[in-house]
Amino acid sequence: MKTLNTWSAILMVVVASTAGDVLLANAMQKIGDLGQLRRSKGIFAVVRRVLGNGTFLFGVCFMAAAFFSLLVGLSWGDVSLVAPASASLTFVTNAVAARFFLKENVDRRRWIAAIFVAAGVALLAR
Amino acid sequence: MNVRKYLVLLSIVIFGSCGDVLLSRGMRDVGEIHFNQLLHVFSALANPWIVAGILCLFVFFGSYLSALSWADLTFVLPATAIGYVVLALLSKVFLHEHISMTRWAGILFITAGVGFVAGGPERTEQHPHEKAAGETVSIASQEKEA
Repeated sequence: MKTLNTWSAILMVVVASTAGDVLLANAMQKIGDLGQLRRSKGIFAVVRRVLGNGTFLFGVCFMAAAFFSLLVGLSWGDVSLVAPASASLTFVTNAVAARFFLKENVDRRRWIAAIFVAAGVALLAR
Repeated sequence: MNVRKYLVLLSIVIFGSCGDVLLSRGMRDVGEIHFNQLLHVFSALANPWIVAGILCLFVFFGSYLSALSWADLTFVLPATAIGYVVLALLSKVFLHEHISMTRWAGILFITAGVGFVAGGPERTEQHPHEKAAGETVSIASQEKEA
């Protein structure tokens, strides 16, 4: 039962942080290059544009949900399982989500990179 | 990719890992927080290491958003994953944590993954604002760098 709880918390973290990353990326794509915006309109325009974007705020909510799911997960399972499992699975789910929701062209190079990094993170946290 | 964009990626790596190390150093002073007294976590905000860590993570988040404004998510995440390696090295030097052979293997995997993605283009499709700015992503010119 404890294992089931731990893995459902890991699942929650993965889903919430993938949703958060995709929403933040989508918001930033819509807003456009922040560096160019800062040079032409100033830093306050950048802050106003970002904080006024609904998708961005939605993304931050999912990031917060991911953070609290991680805390809950850590209270149920070992940090050496929960933290690397959720971080490395998120790399792979992000690649899938970016392919379908952001229409990014995730070529073989990026798939290999995501899988290598996911494996590396899993090893690093041992 | 120009110098400014590389600096943004570098800032994600440096401030992200430094922020985590500073938080970790601060939490050693604060001590374990039990789940029946979660509000105790706010007392950590009085610790200078924690405050410095939070400031670093603010810069990290700003740089992360900036990178997402001109690059794909599937470029930014692997390209900045080298931060995990920096984090491992920083925790060895400053927090005196042990790095096992398995961890070194992990570092090798992440570095290989970063190398794979860093040689490719940062954006794989055209967006209206980029067309307007006349910035076309040349895949061929960035093909071989890593």
